[in-house]
Amino acid sequence: MQVNEGFKPTIVAFCCNWCSYAGADLAGTNRLQYPADVKIIRVPCSCRVNPLFILRAFQRGADGVILCGCHPGDCHYTTGNYYARRRMTLLFSMLDYLGIERERTRVEWVSAAEGVKFAATMNDFVSTVTALGENKRLEDLRCKAN
Amino acid sequence: MKKLPLSQMPALYAAMAQGGALYLPVDNAAGDAQFTRWQEGMELSRALNTVRSAKDFFFPQTENLVSFRMQGKTIEIIDPRTEGEDFVLFGVRACDARSFTILDKVFLADPVDSYYKSRREHGTVVTLACTRPEETCFCQSFGIDPADPEGDAACWLTEDALYITARTAKGEALLARLDGLLEDADPAPVEAQKAQTAAILAKLPLAQFTTRSFGGDVLMKAFDSPKWASLSEACLGCGTCTFVCPTCQCYDIRDFDTGHGIQRYRCWDSCMYSDFTKMAHGNPRTSQLERFRQRFMHKLVYFPANNDGEYGCVGCGRCLAKCPISMNIVKVAKALEGDVHE
Amino acid sequence: MQSQLIERAKALLADGTVDRVLGWKAGEFAYDMTPALFSSAQELDEGFAYDAFCGANLSKYLVKESRKGGRVLAFLKPCDTYSMNQLLKEHRILRENVYLIGVPCQGKTDVETLRALGITSITAARQEGEDLVVETLYGQRRIPLAEAMAERCKACKGKKHMIYDERIGEEGELENPDRFGQVAALEAMSSEERFAFWRGELSRCIRCNACRNVCPACTCEQCVFDNPASGVDNKAAATSFEENMFHIIRAFHVAGRCTDCGECSRVCPQRIPLHLLNRKFIKDINTFYGEYQAGEEAEGRTPLTAYTEGDVEPSVVYTKGGND
Repeated sequence: MQVNEGFKPTIVAFCCNWCSYAGADLAGTNRLQYPADVKIIRVPCSCRVNPLFILRAFQRGADGVILCGCHPGDCHYTTGNYYARRRMTLLFSMLDYLGIERERTRVEWVSAAEGVKFAATMNDFVSTVTALGENKRLEDLRCKAN
Repeated sequence: MKKLPLSQMPALYAAMAQGGALYLPVDNAAGDAQFTRWQEGMELSRALNTVRSAKDFFFPQTENLVSFRMQGKTIEIIDPRTEGEDFVLFGVRACDARSFTILDKVFLADPVDSYYKSRREHGTVVTLACTRPEETCFCQSFGIDPADPEGDAACWLTEDALYITARTAKGEALLARLDGLLEDADPAPVEAQKAQTAAILAKLPLAQFTTRSFGGDVLMKAFDSPKWASLSEACLGCGTCTFVCPTCQCYDIRDFDTGHGIQRYRCWDSCMYSDFTKMAHGNPRTSQLERFRQRFMHKLVYFPANNDGEYGCVGCGRCLAKCPISMNIVKVAKALEGDVHE
Repeated sequence: MQSQLIERAKALLADGTVDRVLGWKAGEFAYDMTPALFSSAQELDEGFAYDAFCGANLSKYLVKESRKGGRVLAFLKPCDTYSMNQLLKEHRILRENVYLIGVPCQGKTDVETLRALGITSITAARQEGEDLVVETLYGQRRIPLAEAMAERCKACKGKKHMIYDERIGEEGELENPDRFGQVAALEAMSSEERFAFWRGELSRCIRCNACRNVCPACTCEQCVFDNPASGVDNKAAATSFEENMFHIIRAFHVAGRCTDCGECSRVCPQRIPLHLLNRKFIKDINTFYGEYQAGEEAEGRTPLTAYTEGDVEPSVVYTKGGND
């Protein structure tokens, strides 16, 4: 994979309270390394994430946005992640259709026990987005730091 | 009167673009005319008029007024205006040229809008006479002659030449810059074109349309007309008519939080919108009927009452062509005529 | 056809079945029909029109009209009945207060479609057999009606009405047009090309909200883009981001509910092909979750309010065909 020397992407990770946020916690307590550029936003359930959240993260300077929730079947609210899965599939496909790099968005299911998976997922996502470089196609110039 | 052979048009555009920008109607991806910054190779659209009016150049849809940057406990106030660039607006039709007079009455009256004024000062308006008016045209109802347009300079396109004449000092200055390209011309072809266009104008379906009955003391009669209910019932409450209109001038001022400061900008507003003039207590016009009425009362009654009888309409016909439900100022004025006469 | 509609409306007004009629009213020219209410035989005689220019989908007006008391008669073309069903599914229309008459439709044209064909300055228009004869200020133009049709009518779902209380004319047939050819062509482009295409289209947007306000699926009491508490409200797109955001979200909010009636593209003053956004969602839904046509039924769940345990993962977007 190509590397983009010197570029440190900003990543926004929406994590569900019950599984993925706890997974991130576990990664922390196990001292697993993942880049500090990942900004975690805790949400009650992956289905709380409105498509606008994803877009606004890009507007506010994210170079990549990842949504993490409980594995299908394990949702704390039984079915929330099933709905999130459909929504994000369609949204990501639409972003791709508009010519926005599809690798900038991702969904991963991470349970509370999967600290290792959380760290590995973030490492992989950060390196993918680093290779893509800065988000240009879905940026809002007003929000660029000056 | 000066003229230039059509083969010399690219040279004319290049000369006009010297020392600034030249904007002219060019066909866009949808095949509609749109004012576009001229670049080598661009050609003037053959369409009668642009979808968006020429007001954009003096009163853009969005414009930053001031920015604030926060650093710790200090707030820096930044004036985003830079020294404006001189520009030439070429191919403006007579209706849009008149709209600038109407906008001037709003923005150049005390207190002067310095953002608008600066753009007006930097812009030179070169108009182009119409030869093929469309069925939606009714500029003649407002005393506008599309065959003999206003502007800093006016042009006529014939089959083989472009005729141009200056009307203001700015126009004279522009013509002086173009002097090498232009030759003195006999105005006879222009006069012939004017006569030909006048004959077409007389046959337009809206040739007899007039707003004269709204000029007098008709405010309450018009306001209280029972017809507003049926006229407005299908209105979608969208802003199409407002945004394609060359004379609509309402705007909103909003703050955008950039994360490291605030950008205070203004943007076009539409009286058709449910949050138009919304204040702390709510909105003074709570129904679409009231909002719809506001737009037409403003153009037909309030504006002339405050501006020596000048209507807030130039008859460009854009709203007739573009309203999704085909409701427009002509239908409204015709429907209300009887009520204001009584 | 027009006189048949008027006669039926008059009869239903006279026998008290309905107390007003929602239809199209003739205007200044040959083509500028306005949706209107008629409450007497005289009003119907004076202004009611039904011809090739009556393209407006009247179903959305029933959200308001069905709550005004009394009973309203609405004329619906086949494609409007899909919107009607969808609105009923979402409990937006009080069914008992509307009386629906399905009217036949052979496809509609409109002034923008004619303009795109180079026909402007229209003073009169009439149908002569299979042709549309248009009188203009600069001479007569004759064009086959099939060519003069709006894009949405060239991709017509069929002439069959999905819902009605009574129908005028024979029952129509469902058709299966290729609605996704343009979407597929875009998908086959490179990411850069798609980006350039959509920038070229969406940068023309003037945010007049006509697409949203005309849309029978957009019936929120307050739109997120008008809500000052939403954090995304705006009246004009200040940046390309806001242009993209509005159109992505507008299309997303109607995904699974959009019947592909094409009103958004019809009303766009800048002629942005907005239906290509909606059809992308429809195409994806068909591919990922099985064939679905919004508005076929007035009951049941829509694709985004349903799920199956075996649904595809979002990663399908990375592995699907096409270029990146």
